[in-house]
Amino acid sequence: METKNETSIKAEPGKQEIFITREFEASREIVFKAFTTPELIVQWLGPRELKMRLDKFEPKAGGSYRYVHIDPAGNEYGFHGVVHEVLAPERVIQTFEFEGLPETGHVVLETARFEALPGNRTRLSMQSVFQSVTDRDGMLQAGMERGVNDSHSRLDELFAKELV
Amino acid sequence: MRRDVFQAIADPTRREIINLIAFNPLNLNAIADNFEVSRPAISQHIKILMECGLINIKKQGRERYCEASLQQLNEVSTWIEKYRLLWAEKFDRLDGLLNKMKNDTPL
Repeated sequence: METKNETSIKAEPGKQEIFITREFEASREIVFKAFTTPELIVQWLGPRELKMRLDKFEPKAGGSYRYVHIDPAGNEYGFHGVVHEVLAPERVIQTFEFEGLPETGHVVLETARFEALPGNRTRLSMQSVFQSVTDRDGMLQAGMERGVNDSHSRLDELFAKELV
Repeated sequence: MRRDVFQAIADPTRREIINLIAFNPLNLNAIADNFEVSRPAISQHIKILMECGLINIKKQGRERYCEASLQQLNEVSTWIEKYRLLWAEKFDRLDGLLNKMKNDTPL
């Protein structure tokens, strides 16, 4: 089995952006489809310990989307945005807002670019532009909290296995 | 108000102060001389940097020197790494889905 492709991230101090890049062993038509098809996106976008529900998903210019992550206690975390451009199989541009913040209006502009590589491979480049450095750093911080939760659940799994 | 490394480096003046004293402790006047903004404003930035744990004040005789405490900055890279792992995990799952899709789709 091949080794996993590396996910790389760039978030320079004091800037309002996060860049994430990752290569995939599939043509960009297929990768693009996985990003823009409701039945497919729910299979990978949610954090692994949470369920994901798509309330609305219109991958076209002027469309909008809303999805919810549900934790084991039933708490829901909603996200929504408006789609600016869907150019198959190259690019998706949309806004993104987490509904769980104390106030609304903290919106992120997200661009996903899909680049065809030789050998039917694809490079994905995602850029997120935040309204302020504080907004961006808050998102990174939230990522850490979820990351910690996730590693806890992995530990739980490990312990469960040991008990079996 | 938030008092963490992110708060400390969110402001351009504070980033410059950290650069200025990274290898060379300076007193408040010497730091303020490098900036257009008022001394009280610089004092305020230094207070925030202290509260965020990025600056220590050392007394030498009558002088007080500001010294950078940079190991705190590692916290930032830890957070970025956790955020990266969050996405890496989604993409690893996407790999499995893409494999399935490749097998299902006649080329």
